[in-house]
Amino acid sequence: MKSTVDSQQSTAGGPDIAEARTKLGQLRGREYWRSLEELLETEDFREHLHREFRVPIESAVNRRELLTLMGASIALAGLTGCTRQPTERIFPYVKAPEELVPGEPLFYATAHVHGGYARGILAKSYEGRPVKIEGNELHPASLGGTDVFAQGSILNMYDPDRSQTLTERGQIRPWSALLAAARLALEKERAGRGAGIRFLTGTITSPTLEKQIGEVLAAFPEAKWVAWEPAGRDNVARGALLAFGEPVEPRYAFDRADVVLSLEADFLGSGPAMPRYVRDFVSRRKAEGTNRLYAVESTPTLTGAKADHRRPMSPAEIEAFATAVAVAVGAIASAAVTNQFVEAVAADLEAHRGSGLVLVGESQPPSVHALAHAINETLGNAGKTVTYSGPVAGGPADQAEAFAGLVKDMESGKVSTLVIVEGNPVFTAPADLGFAKAMEKVGLRIHLGLYDDETSRLCHWHVAQAHPLEAWSDARAFDGTVTILQPLIAPLFGGKSAHELLAAFSDQPERTGHDIVKDYWNGRLPGADFELAWRKALHDGLVAGSAYPAKPVRVRQDFFKSEIRNPKSDIGLTLLFRPDPTIWDGTYANNGWLQELAKPLTKLTWDNAALIAPSTAQKLGLTTEDVVELTLDGRKVEAPVWVMPGQAENCVTVHFGYGRTRGGRVADGKGFDAYALRSSNALWAGLGLEIRKTLRRATLATTQHQYGMEGRDPVRAVTAEEYRKDPAVVARMGEQPPGPKDTLYPTLPTGSYAWGLSIDLSSCVGCNACVIACQSENNIPVVGKEEVARGRALQWIRVDRYYKGGLDNPETVHQPVTCMHCENAPCEVVCPVNATVHSAEGLNQMVYNRCVGTRYCSNNCPYKVRRFNFFLYTDYTTEILKMVRNPDVTVRSRGVMEKCSYCVQRINRARYAAEKEDRPIKDGEIVTACQQACPAQAITFGNVSDPESRVSKAKAESRNYGLLTELGTRPRTTYLALLSNPNPALPAANKAGEGHGGHD
Amino acid sequence: MTERTPTPPAEKPATPPGAILAPGYTFTTLTDKLASIALSRRTPVVWFLGAAVGFGLTMMLLATITYLVFKGVGIWGVNVPVGWGFDILNFVWWIGIGHAGTLISAILLLLRQPWRNSINRFAEAMTIFAVACAGLYPLLHTGRPWLDYWLLPYPNTMGMWPNFRSPLVWDVFAVSTYATVSLLFWYVGMIPDLATLRDRAKKLWAKVLYGALAMGWRGSARHWQRYETASLLLAGLATPLVISVHSVVSFDFAAGVVPGWHSTIFPPYFVAGAIYAGFAMVLTLAIPLRKVYGLEDFITMKHLDNMAKILLATSLIVAYGYGVEAFMASYSGNVYERYVMWNRMNGPYHYMYWALLFCNVIAPQALWFRKVRRNIPALFCLAMIVNVGMWLERYVIIVVSLSRDFLPSSWGMYHGTRFDWSMFLGTIGLFIALLFLFIRMLPMISIFEMRAILPEAKIREEEA
Amino acid sequence: MQYIGAAAMAQIFHRSTNTISRVSVFGAVFFIALLLWLFDALNRSPYTTQQGVARVQPVQFSHQHHVGAMGLDCRYCHTTVERAAYANIPPTKTCINCHAQIWNQSPELEPVRESWRTDQSIEWVKVYDLPDYVYFNHSIHVVKGVGCETCHGRIDKMPLVSQHPNLQMSWCLDCHRAPEKHLRPRDEVFTMGYVPAGSQEEIGARLKAEYHIRPTFELTDCTTCHR
Repeated sequence: MKSTVDSQQSTAGGPDIAEARTKLGQLRGREYWRSLEELLETEDFREHLHREFRVPIESAVNRRELLTLMGASIALAGLTGCTRQPTERIFPYVKAPEELVPGEPLFYATAHVHGGYARGILAKSYEGRPVKIEGNELHPASLGGTDVFAQGSILNMYDPDRSQTLTERGQIRPWSALLAAARLALEKERAGRGAGIRFLTGTITSPTLEKQIGEVLAAFPEAKWVAWEPAGRDNVARGALLAFGEPVEPRYAFDRADVVLSLEADFLGSGPAMPRYVRDFVSRRKAEGTNRLYAVESTPTLTGAKADHRRPMSPAEIEAFATAVAVAVGAIASAAVTNQFVEAVAADLEAHRGSGLVLVGESQPPSVHALAHAINETLGNAGKTVTYSGPVAGGPADQAEAFAGLVKDMESGKVSTLVIVEGNPVFTAPADLGFAKAMEKVGLRIHLGLYDDETSRLCHWHVAQAHPLEAWSDARAFDGTVTILQPLIAPLFGGKSAHELLAAFSDQPERTGHDIVKDYWNGRLPGADFELAWRKALHDGLVAGSAYPAKPVRVRQDFFKSEIRNPKSDIGLTLLFRPDPTIWDGTYANNGWLQELAKPLTKLTWDNAALIAPSTAQKLGLTTEDVVELTLDGRKVEAPVWVMPGQAENCVTVHFGYGRTRGGRVADGKGFDAYALRSSNALWAGLGLEIRKTLRRATLATTQHQYGMEGRDPVRAVTAEEYRKDPAVVARMGEQPPGPKDTLYPTLPTGSYAWGLSIDLSSCVGCNACVIACQSENNIPVVGKEEVARGRALQWIRVDRYYKGGLDNPETVHQPVTCMHCENAPCEVVCPVNATVHSAEGLNQMVYNRCVGTRYCSNNCPYKVRRFNFFLYTDYTTEILKMVRNPDVTVRSRGVMEKCSYCVQRINRARYAAEKEDRPIKDGEIVTACQQACPAQAITFGNVSDPESRVSKAKAESRNYGLLTELGTRPRTTYLALLSNPNPALPAANKAGEGHGGHD
Repeated sequence: MTERTPTPPAEKPATPPGAILAPGYTFTTLTDKLASIALSRRTPVVWFLGAAVGFGLTMMLLATITYLVFKGVGIWGVNVPVGWGFDILNFVWWIGIGHAGTLISAILLLLRQPWRNSINRFAEAMTIFAVACAGLYPLLHTGRPWLDYWLLPYPNTMGMWPNFRSPLVWDVFAVSTYATVSLLFWYVGMIPDLATLRDRAKKLWAKVLYGALAMGWRGSARHWQRYETASLLLAGLATPLVISVHSVVSFDFAAGVVPGWHSTIFPPYFVAGAIYAGFAMVLTLAIPLRKVYGLEDFITMKHLDNMAKILLATSLIVAYGYGVEAFMASYSGNVYERYVMWNRMNGPYHYMYWALLFCNVIAPQALWFRKVRRNIPALFCLAMIVNVGMWLERYVIIVVSLSRDFLPSSWGMYHGTRFDWSMFLGTIGLFIALLFLFIRMLPMISIFEMRAILPEAKIREEEA
Repeated sequence: MQYIGAAAMAQIFHRSTNTISRVSVFGAVFFIALLLWLFDALNRSPYTTQQGVARVQPVQFSHQHHVGAMGLDCRYCHTTVERAAYANIPPTKTCINCHAQIWNQSPELEPVRESWRTDQSIEWVKVYDLPDYVYFNHSIHVVKGVGCETCHGRIDKMPLVSQHPNLQMSWCLDCHRAPEKHLRPRDEVFTMGYVPAGSQEEIGARLKAEYHIRPTFELTDCTTCHR
């Protein structure tokens, strides 16, 4: 057989795009496909798979010790086979804390700070050990939802690679030594009034920290505060400055918007208010029939995937497009290239004055932001769907400029003391500035960070930072709402917070973070009694009424410099920079959960790649996994190619955060460093990119490299129009299931409840929050790149992504797939040892300790939602990783099957509570981890035997359908069909082979 | 007693075509010749070579198993969706091979086919060794092999029973029964010959060994009378097993929902396939053996011819099976069933399907010609081709069906790793090793049964 | 038929071999059966289950004295038994409450005082040690009228606590399959040596209905204890 496989190997180049087009031409009906390789079944595709089994086994099971392995296995084997329980000891409290009951979780309101902005969370803690992050319903940026970063952040706290000591030139030193050093430095600077002092931070929204820095700057007027956020919002501020003359921040009300035009703005995928905006957007979809979303973007995003009309355009084209729309709606007077799409969008916006909305992404130049502001004002959207308020972030308004200035000062030797608070500038600084080199000229370099990273290597002092869950702090949300961050646990490695480091430069160096933060708020909180107000603020997770009020602003008439660039002029290849969807700017690079999380659109894990449009790839003779050399402004980086349907022509996208050299054992050596190509004058889009194909090929581990819909209908999508006309259309899209009587098996006795789940595909934006929430809740281990490549990913939820339509601009749909908890489950019949059986309440129970691992159930599962521990994936050796595990869920060992359990531990907890009060479980009392995390509230769980329950109501909709019901499995998890709302004035979106849209 | 070397008849007339025993033998010469193989001092060099290969591979098997138990089944290529790979595939393959033995011994015995006498002994041995190899896989393919005993129904502290609805539990019973009966059958059948060897052995250890195994057989009338009853009983017991075992094995798949598995045709189709594979393996072994040990007189053209005919017949049944599968797929109009066939023919594993059709359907058609059936090298090659073909068949059924089932999103590919291969080759090594030990130590052709057909043969001789 | 060899040959085996072989053939069956039985017996024996094996504790705390003689209520120390999964082991504080006054010099209690001084926990040895994949919840059992005594035995008669049942799965199932055999009124849950006023069957059946105890097919769901 080996030989036959070998015989398949071929040196043939990439997939023939032309062939792909013809194939697509032949497609009939709702045919979704997954990737070029599968569309063509190219040799490379097979070769790629062929390579999989050459992956060295050892790499998949490193750090796995024989004894722990056998020991763990036997432990799970349990009381059979004469295994005695080893003697265990109990360590009771000496004085028991009041509120704490062993085994009962406590929730603390705090915030997850992402890119400087706060998002309210509730941290779940057992015996003082935080194990899970959940959304905070009260918080405006969360409304109960979270994103992957918030969910994943808990793992960062328990990361064994975190820096654990305070060091000076690699030598371990006490905190007092640093205080002394700081004193000394200040004394030296006093003469020059602090001319040599620089504070370099990320984006800071913490009022306390701003005040602290302010105090130092007051004492040392010549000192400077510089902020650098790799994926910062400079353009937003600049745009506002250009349009209004002041750097206000726009805030959007998607729950009031009927027509949304997004210009490269991924508000459904990232940004300071992502969970909130997702919630608002889908709530409008549900409530007001449907809203309409136009997305114009150069590289595919979740927002584009959700759009009713999407057009791929290069940045230059987007600017031209924005101008054209602005002209069409009369926001500016100018000539502009117009076309059908522009007119349709403009008309739609016109028709929805006051309920339309145009927004622009951080990566767009200020001019485009200004245009959007003008359009919104002209159409009377300003004040309704978009409001403005003062900037939330402190520090210099224009970070890039200030940062460049800092580097200049450093080179010219003006800087004698550099205090880097958080962030990893040596890694994230634009390559052209030469930040690392300039650092050598600085006399005293101090770095505060979670990791001993690239930056700390070049610093004299490295201060181990306390994780946000370990320290007191505060931060503002996108709308200015303040959350006071409270620690749930004493710093595991004795880390210090930014406040404590800043205190070292004040006249009270010894103060604790708690005192600093509390003192700041003393007198600033609403309410007469501070203690009461303080407690309330901590309890609610926000300071009431701290949101910035809306600010009335007018667009300056003279903002628009009318010079028409010709978008068609051939500017060669453009390189686009974007933060990574799962590890952001590198902050989460050492987080196994997030590394292994499939990127929402490429389904790529453990790597970044250069995304290239099919047409461009065809032109350059490239195919997925070819290694190319990207050259921009003379700087070179080697990257694997990923042919990305829907990518704008001549645009290549690279993502930040990879190519770490000192990121930790998870981060290092993964992917390539996109920052190395970034220059300070073109932060988001670099013109004049050169690509050279090397002869090497890379292996990229993707969770879904397989095939298309093959005329099947896992995802049922109709337009709102079709659905209104004929609600039965959804039911007709699949084969009819057999009746309840058409089975040989006796119907099981039904218990007091019948649990069921409903997933609304109209709401789901495919953000993956549910996947990580599930991983965190259910102790799902990380398996590593090699194992993912072999099809052994372990997450219980997978979000399937299907393409439909043309290569250049396909429709993209997402579908979360969990265990369906079939009423006639095929897996149950075939398990020889009764390790998976049905519960009276309709759960398909998986009993790990009974499982011997024949994998028969997985073979027989039509949905392939069962996951198997092929090796001992769970890390039994790293002590600290045991702390992140949920004590309510069994930790699985090698050789057992596992899968979604409907969070049975949560069901049982609710049941205990209810039965102790001798009442039935209320609807909504049980919230599964995925449901809790979902910012779109696409997931509903409950008792389907109660017609009044929300899940029953969802399932009663005629949009409701089950996967593969024709097999008679009677799944308890069902879906609500995807509704889209295309503009009738435009051609039905994205027919196969349709040219790359917008300009035809 | 003087040294007695086997003395074949002085002038050796050619064996007549229909004969199942070459002319010119007396009871003595026949016994001498057959017994000498186990007892003679001169072991052919080929034996040592073969045994060396066999034992070498067996060592590799043991190494692989050790690594497997310590690391986990992850060292194989199995994944989701393809949860079963070489493990179950080889299990089915070996079990299939194990079929010919019982068939020849039991059914042909009941059908009173005297030509079986010269091949039944090592066919039975082959069965037992094949079942031994097969048995390894289900035991080791589980994620936690040390808990395999949970598949047995026994009173335990968990108050749990196995799931009697699961075909894997049926397998446990089917295979273990089959193994037991085959073993008994083989052993009981050997007792009289063991006695012969005991009596002819020179060395004491040999006398003791064979003596113990012979259980005091003296060949008295009562012994023979009981022997006949016993072997008939066992034959009666074994006959249904020939059908049942592979039917049950086929349930592992037929009872599943996977398109390409879920089919009512599987039991008969598997049994036919098993007999097919079994006879192919008998031929594969018989042809070299008769050459090396000069047994042309006992395993005559007639035998090879008969077996070739059975091969042809079963290949036609199997071919019918493939045909029906393809027909049902298209006839059903079921999108999944149709896709399975399409995928087998055009999918990434298409080469396997076409290779299988060539090996199991096209190639054996050559056996329609008498020339081919009586051309020993050709016969040997065909047998080999069929062995490969049957392995491919299982690969197509198990792996290819699993690799693409219902939801396209979960489709995946499977490739055996080096450990899959080392385990597969290892079991082949184990098989060879056991077989060579058997050839060296025990009479591979039933002496007394050959004696039984001698008179009849003599009569034909006189007539001729 | 006659064997030429056999006549001339001397006996290899003694006559007794026949008997031996006969015995061994049948004996083998019984021998294997014996081995299996031994294995099973060992598996159920206190050696494996630790049933009834009194554990040596850092402090020789006597339930017999505190419960039996002084009549302390279980909940005085095990405070969370009614609201949590775990019936907590009392903090050192609880001991000190009394032993600051009485027996405050006793060498027996030195570990307690030491713990109080050094703020280090007393390292008790776990007696009822379920496997990690078993999730037992005290509060629900207490609420549903399962007496402490039912699982813990006559604590008031134990100088050193030992494991009363064998804690094997089948033992758990005995009760989950027929709860009525073990239920008692809620106010009797903490009594030791409880005697049902009347037939347990009737009372149990009544309480089962009264306390809304779920039917057996629900109580024996795997996820009742395994998650």
